[in-house]
Amino acid sequence: MLLIENLWVEVEGQPVLKGINLRVKSGETHVLFGPNGAGKSSLFFAIMGFSRYRVVEGKIIFKERDITHLPPHERAKLGLGISFQRPPSLRGIKLYQLGKLMGKSEEEIKRYAEMLSLNGLLYRDVNLGFSGGEMKRSEIFQLLLQEPDLALIDEPESGVDVVNIGIIAEAIKKLLQKDMPILERKRSGIIITHTGFILEKVKADRGHLLMDGKIVCSGNPEEMFNEIKLKGYKECVKCWKKTL
Amino acid sequence: MLEKDIIVKERDVLERVGFVLDEKERSGSFILLDNEEMASNYSEGVTLYSMGKAVQEIKGVKGKLWTLVSKEKDQWTKLAASQPPRGYFIHVAKGVKVDKPLQACFFIATSRLTQTTHNLIVLEDGAELHILNGCATASYVNMGLHVGITEIFVGKGAFLSYTMIHDWAEQVEVRPRTGVYVDEGGKFISNYITIKKSKITQSYPQAIVEREGSAQFASLVYAPANSIYDLGARIYLNGQGASGEIISRAISGGGKVYSRGHLVGNAPGIKAHMSCDGLLLEEKGSIIAIPELEANHPDVEMSHEAAVGRIAEEEIEYLMSRGFSPEEAKSLIIKGFLDPEILGLPPALQQEVNKTIEMIGEGSL
Ligand SMILES: Nc1ncnc2c1ncn2[C@@H]1O[C@H](COP(=O)(O)OP(=O)(O)OP(=O)(O)O)[C@@H](O)[C@H]1O
Ligand SMILES: [Mg+2]
Repeated sequence: MLLIENLWVEVEGQPVLKGINLRVKSGETHVLFGPNGAGKSSLFFAIMGFSRYRVVEGKIIFKERDITHLPPHERAKLGLGISFQRPPSLRGIKLYQLGKLMGKSEEEIKRYAEMLSLNGLLYRDVNLGFSGGEMKRSEIFQLLLQEPDLALIDEPESGVDVVNIGIIAEAIKKLLQKDMPILERKRSGIIITHTGFILEKVKADRGHLLMDGKIVCSGNPEEMFNEIKLKGYKECVKCWKKTL
Repeated sequence: MLEKDIIVKERDVLERVGFVLDEKERSGSFILLDNEEMASNYSEGVTLYSMGKAVQEIKGVKGKLWTLVSKEKDQWTKLAASQPPRGYFIHVAKGVKVDKPLQACFFIATSRLTQTTHNLIVLEDGAELHILNGCATASYVNMGLHVGITEIFVGKGAFLSYTMIHDWAEQVEVRPRTGVYVDEGGKFISNYITIKKSKITQSYPQAIVEREGSAQFASLVYAPANSIYDLGARIYLNGQGASGEIISRAISGGGKVYSRGHLVGNAPGIKAHMSCDGLLLEEKGSIIAIPELEANHPDVEMSHEAAVGRIAEEEIEYLMSRGFSPEEAKSLIIKGFLDPEILGLPPALQQEVNKTIEMIGEGSL
């Protein structure tokens, strides 16, 4: 599904990603850990092709196609989707209207809005004045409408109350076809999380620790998260170095 | 009157500025075709006369003209004063609330024409009226001058919404001169929306607002290359608790937009706010925001905010990541920027204006 080879990315002339290698197979869910400022969101933006994240070296292959230099909307059309950690507000564009413009029927829009309990937000400007939790739900809502084959989900549960974490987790499971038998599952996802709450509900196949623009450790996501929780990021790296 | 050849032929042009031939949707219709006046009214409690007829037949009309706009103000007012008054006289009787909009159209059908108009609107106490003014040139006209004098009296507790949609040809010069008086507890809303490029449009209406009254001037402007829009408003808040608001949303697609405003607080407890937002789409264009606040009493609450810039790349890319092309994304953001919801229009008018904004969004690319 996704193959990233030796990816170096600069933002504002500063390197943020320093030789990332990553492979996500069809039907897999991966998790990205890492301290603040490590470059996790930047990796998503680079995969999505945002102009400020300049690829200086390396390749991004999606569904066997080199997309390193495609604009974001063409990547979206190929089946990439992203939910933002901090999405911008779109003044004068209603959430419902956006759904319609994405080619969805009223029925589908209402159904997903119901699922994410954001009926009250459908006729508001996208993200404008949304609370932190509302923003997260609106992002996942848009991804559900978009139905990407690879979903990049950036901190879906940060600042979300316990009830809504449950709702978001259910939506992500639907998005990633967790209700299907493994062999039939086609959709993949990468989830960034600090809290690990989402891991309790959405089962992931593989975890990666990103530090200072590099993936320094990969493994079983739950084990990695417990290790990080107990000993911090540095220890996790040490343990990985030992196994080299 | 609406069966006239030219009107039927130019139906599309008229409908673009909200003027419909189906009179069921309107409470009255007025057209100034070049300099020929036509009025028809179908509402109880409303008097709609051509100004030519009104000054002759209705007592007191003549005396009210040139009381809110000075004849000597500038060359344009002088020009209008030198012509016989043409335009509409609208009177709404005390307590009469008209829900369907009244439509008026100023239409230039002859190239190089100078059209002068003088309009007078009087709402008695407690009355309510919504006026939709469309200004347009016939599809084949490319040059002209429009000078419009409008004087408006809003009675105690009365409400007038006054919406103007402009769709002038490229070489038309537009000089409206407007004066408004809002009596105690009255409410006045003015909306200005412009669709196409005209050479130069310069307008600076003034309103005087008495105790607990309110006035709002809003404008949604798209200025293509080579056009100049110099728009503003001045509100004198003279009575206790009066409020005033100036809202301007301007997009430059290469044209020049001045967005002015002068709020004058003369009484205790008044509230006034001005906001200018500008979007610059082209390097050649410019947007100049000039807000002025004048407080002449310590107990006032006055503020302004202005923000001018380009479309945020982040917003475009956000939409692109949802599968929209950069062009679609820009068009959506532009339409959103000119969101007519900020105008607070009654639903029927809102629909008309939505159509217009839709066209600006498409046309701006
Ligand atoms: N658009 C930008 N302009 C300037 N600096 C940026 C930009 N985007 C990212 N950076 C910088 O790149 C580094 C990585 O940022 P990034 O947002 O990818 O971190 P992150 O791992 O997602 O952190 P967090 O856990 O706090 O969300 C940071 O130092 C950040 O300040
Ligand atoms: Mg981040």
